[in-house]
Amino acid sequence: MPLLQVKNMTHFFTGLRAVHNYNLEINPGEIRGLIGPNGAGKTTIFNLLTGVLRPTEGEITLEGTDIIGLRPHQIAARGIGRTFQNMKLWRHMTVLEHVKMAHYSQLSYGLTGAFFGTKKRVRQENEIEEHAHTLLALMDADQFADQKVLNLPYGVQRRVEMARALATRPKILFLDEPTVGMTPEELVGMMNVFRKIHNELGLAIFLIEHRMKVVMEFCQRVQTLVFGEVIAEGTPDEIQNDPRVIEAYLGKEEVA
Amino acid sequence: MTYFLQNVINALQWGSFYALIALGYSMVYSIMMLFNFAHGDIFMTGAYIGLGIATGLLAIVSSGVIALPGWLILVLTIIISMFITSLLGVLVERIGYRPLRNAPRASAAITGLMIGIILETGNLALLGAKRFSFPPLIMTKAYNISGVFVTNKKILVVLVSLTLMLALDLFVRKTKWGMAMRAMSYDFVVVPLMGVSIDVIAPMTFAIGSGLAAAGGVLYGVAYPVLDPYMGILIGWKAFVAAILGGRGSIMGAALAGFLLGFIEIFVTMIFPSTLRDLIAFSIVLVILTFRPHGFFGKPYSAKLRL
Repeated sequence: MPLLQVKNMTHFFTGLRAVHNYNLEINPGEIRGLIGPNGAGKTTIFNLLTGVLRPTEGEITLEGTDIIGLRPHQIAARGIGRTFQNMKLWRHMTVLEHVKMAHYSQLSYGLTGAFFGTKKRVRQENEIEEHAHTLLALMDADQFADQKVLNLPYGVQRRVEMARALATRPKILFLDEPTVGMTPEELVGMMNVFRKIHNELGLAIFLIEHRMKVVMEFCQRVQTLVFGEVIAEGTPDEIQNDPRVIEAYLGKEEVA
Repeated sequence: MTYFLQNVINALQWGSFYALIALGYSMVYSIMMLFNFAHGDIFMTGAYIGLGIATGLLAIVSSGVIALPGWLILVLTIIISMFITSLLGVLVERIGYRPLRNAPRASAAITGLMIGIILETGNLALLGAKRFSFPPLIMTKAYNISGVFVTNKKILVVLVSLTLMLALDLFVRKTKWGMAMRAMSYDFVVVPLMGVSIDVIAPMTFAIGSGLAAAGGVLYGVAYPVLDPYMGILIGWKAFVAAILGGRGSIMGAALAGFLLGFIEIFVTMIFPSTLRDLIAFSIVLVILTFRPHGFFGKPYSAKLRL
């Protein structure tokens, strides 16, 4: 059974058709790519699948269960983790607080725990703090744990965001242009992070990416989205050589 | 010098009320991006609920069922009215604001004004157009510390306020909900995707703000024992000014600005006739805002992302 399955999903923004008849299947551990020119509807698809928007038509199932109509926090708790094109870190909070915060749905202590510091609360808080440090270490960012994120370099912020998404203990991770605007060194660091997430955590990844180099290396299958419609789907090699894709997308942009 | 210290004490007490109320404005703003203009009236309702609880407890005591000392009745009154008023806050969020969460902010602001008027006139309809005096639960004791008069009630007001602020600070920094509240002050979209339900955090924020206002209301009743349905309007507006002065959404800022406003008002009356108090005090606030338009701890930010 596929981990995530989307059938015939269509979405309208007050009359404008943003996504048309979209289908997707992601299996456990698989890395899927989604490419397409700006404005093609890639982030809209992420918003639809994570419950931020509700599709006009179609089916979405996560591990066989229908997730349409669930609220974003419920979908997050069921195993979809997500990063954002422009990161959206909480600027004045520390790195550790970001990652601890994302454990929210794993903390079950109640108000009594909050006010009187019960054993349960202490244990849970210790567990998530430890897990947060583990994730930050995996992302090579643990040395920044006590710093406010707004003081950190861009590449580190990206890795913090990745740790925050991992803290929700996702089964599948949605990455929205994770390498955008990176310097070559930062890009190398980020690609190492991808390898770790894939090899050590074995997560499925759904990746929106503009850099063909990244797509070529990691993705098993790639979809090309133009004006809300998938015009081509296949292995990275097939996509790279597909004339429709070259016309719509690669033709206008250097293959990096 | 003693005159000066005397006024410091008065200002601390007066500022406590502003600070307690301003915290509610500020917390709700930081999560919902709206000022809950019913908040002054929630303070008033909290005072009346406190009046009801205190009267009830006194009746129970005088009927001889159980003997409670006055201070214990006061403590119970504060706790119970904070709890009941928190529920009122949750109700206000649920009925008044949740349906308008994605509506223009102006509509939500008007909702607040309407809820405020409903609370005022509802009180009038229920209890009639008369003033009530808050029962004296504890005897006033005055201490003379080398010329400075301190009453036990003033100490009580300041201590209870500071304790509540400390508790709030711990709550916001140390609990999962507090962290979610802080994160939610940056955006509405990411925080839910981290597993947090805004339908838990928003009512909780209203509950905390209302609870603090109720504590302020009961303490106000203890210090100035006359309650009327419109008592929340002016003090509410002034606390709102303090919340802005502290920096929109800043908890620390709201508390400090509340005390600062208390100091400004009291010290203006030290020098000028008390009829000039608000005129001069708010001219000073206006000048401060000219130089610090984001308040003391406000972060200049653009509109929060919403979908």
